[in-house]
Amino acid sequence: MSTSSAPNSVVYRKRRGAEAVLVALALLIVIAAFCAVGLGARDRIPGFVFGLSVCLVVIAVATHLVVRFVAPYADPVLVPLVVTLNGLGVAMIYRIDLAELDRSGADANQFAGRQVLWTALGLALFVAVLLIVRDHRKLQRFTYTFGLIAFVLLILPLLPVIGTEIHGARIWVRIGPFSLQPGEFAKICLAIFFAGYLVVKRDALALAGRRFMGIDFPRGRDLGPILVAWLVSLGVLVFQRDLGSSLLFFGLFVVMLYIATERPGWLVVGTTLFLGGATFAAMTFGHVQVRIDAWLHPFPVTDGTYQLVQGLYGMAWGGLLGRGLGQGSPEITPFGYSDFIFASIGEELGLAGAMAVILMYALIVERGLRTALLCRDAFGKLLAAGLAVSIALQVFVVVGGVTRVIPLTGLTTPFLSYGGSSILANWAIIALLLRISDQSRRPPPESAPLQMDDATQVVKL
Amino acid sequence: MTDLTLTLIQLGFLAVLWLFVLSAVSVIRSDIFGAKVDTPRAPKQPRQKAPKQKAPKGGRKPKRGMPSTLVVIDGPNAGQMVPVTGADILLGRGTDAAIRLDDDYVSTRHARFSTNGQQWYVEDLGSTNGTYLGNQRVTSPVPVDLGVAVRLGKTVVELRK
Repeated sequence: MSTSSAPNSVVYRKRRGAEAVLVALALLIVIAAFCAVGLGARDRIPGFVFGLSVCLVVIAVATHLVVRFVAPYADPVLVPLVVTLNGLGVAMIYRIDLAELDRSGADANQFAGRQVLWTALGLALFVAVLLIVRDHRKLQRFTYTFGLIAFVLLILPLLPVIGTEIHGARIWVRIGPFSLQPGEFAKICLAIFFAGYLVVKRDALALAGRRFMGIDFPRGRDLGPILVAWLVSLGVLVFQRDLGSSLLFFGLFVVMLYIATERPGWLVVGTTLFLGGATFAAMTFGHVQVRIDAWLHPFPVTDGTYQLVQGLYGMAWGGLLGRGLGQGSPEITPFGYSDFIFASIGEELGLAGAMAVILMYALIVERGLRTALLCRDAFGKLLAAGLAVSIALQVFVVVGGVTRVIPLTGLTTPFLSYGGSSILANWAIIALLLRISDQSRRPPPESAPLQMDDATQVVKL
Repeated sequence: MTDLTLTLIQLGFLAVLWLFVLSAVSVIRSDIFGAKVDTPRAPKQPRQKAPKQKAPKGGRKPKRGMPSTLVVIDGPNAGQMVPVTGADILLGRGTDAAIRLDDDYVSTRHARFSTNGQQWYVEDLGSTNGTYLGNQRVTSPVPVDLGVAVRLGKTVVELRK
């Protein structure tokens, strides 16, 4: 019985107490951020801070209790990290609201209140997902259903009545007063679909074809799925004119294919296809051409590069320690509250704050990948890895775009940017990750020792 | 509000932000340094079969020249080891084996290591694929010395000091 080094004999502690302490620290950061914004921009602590703090504490305690009872073994750092990012985002949006009030008076757009509402809805969705999905393996039954849902969600913005084009990208659906980005939810459905599909098909896709430069390349006849994913991504790029989502979906598929098959050849094939598609798109479509030009030649400043350059100036002005919350001028950058919120944070919190934010994302992704390593079933492994990779890709694409590492694409920064769909979808992703990590860290059920010698063991899958 | 106060607030805020990140890292430090394995495994003792309890438990300290560990040196469980106390050691895929071998070619109760106090013996328990000392299939209890490789299925184990 002394299987002292078997990997499964590790008993994970629940660490819910540590989570509670971290959530308390996260709330402190959020409340401090609001106070600092008020002090910096208005010389006084905003009047609603007390009420806001009470609300936040109530919501945090409720969330913590739900996790404690519904997913007791779940990872202890995911929720605090997400709470910090989300709260920091709302504080930053509030800061830009204040600046907009100064600039254009009473008719300025105010986003912070709506973002708080979306966050509350996001938390509700988080709790709902934790309560409904009691076992992530059940999701595998609905592999193709989720694939269909993802397809419908991707098609929705193209439909004539409800689909809307905002700022050149046709990725919105408008129903009454609400506008949603179905692509954000398609991301989750696609991760589930890819995980379920690849678990079944990975043996065939892992078959080696020709060997070249030390890498086994897949066989030609197995290229079907990756070509379909490539075509769909190109479709998103062409019809929805959304560079970011297109990159995200294709990248997600390629990385999950690589994880499922352990064949680096797929990465080579995927990169080649991506480069081919990108070159084709850059030569054919105006909107891609504009982005690449802005990336390579931001100066002299033109209409196409104004936003990017303002973001760069903002981050440069922020320097190492930042201007201080409420004391920069992030409102100069167009969309400083959504696409360019990372530049706003870089301006007011400096490199030190921006790095802390990046590190928090890195920790979230690390926890996701760690969950994938611990998970006992292949579907959960792939799903956790896919969700973590989707967050990582999205952060890379946005932050890389804002800091001029790659061409700018329009994606939201998870949890920070203003945007209801993004907040809702990302809270759902965190709920799924918590559910998988709860399942994988939970001690395995005690099995009775087998009485019969040499009998074939019935393995229950 | 003076500039100095605002600067202090800013630095304080950044400090708390980093404090948070570092405490999050410290919560998951077990990822880097490894999680604690519950070595005493007191609650699992009752699951051991009664016949095995009769072996002397007292001889915790091995005598000179006697092995102290049984190590898996090849196969799916390579690297795992069990301390040798003088009690019988059961190897196999079953749940009552000392090392639960994750090897398809190993039977549920495959082989047993036992000692009379001076010499260790290996005994095949009627396994399907047999237990081998070198090329010799083990049919009856055979003496095993330190560092002699014993093969069960695809797994190779040996006794070490």
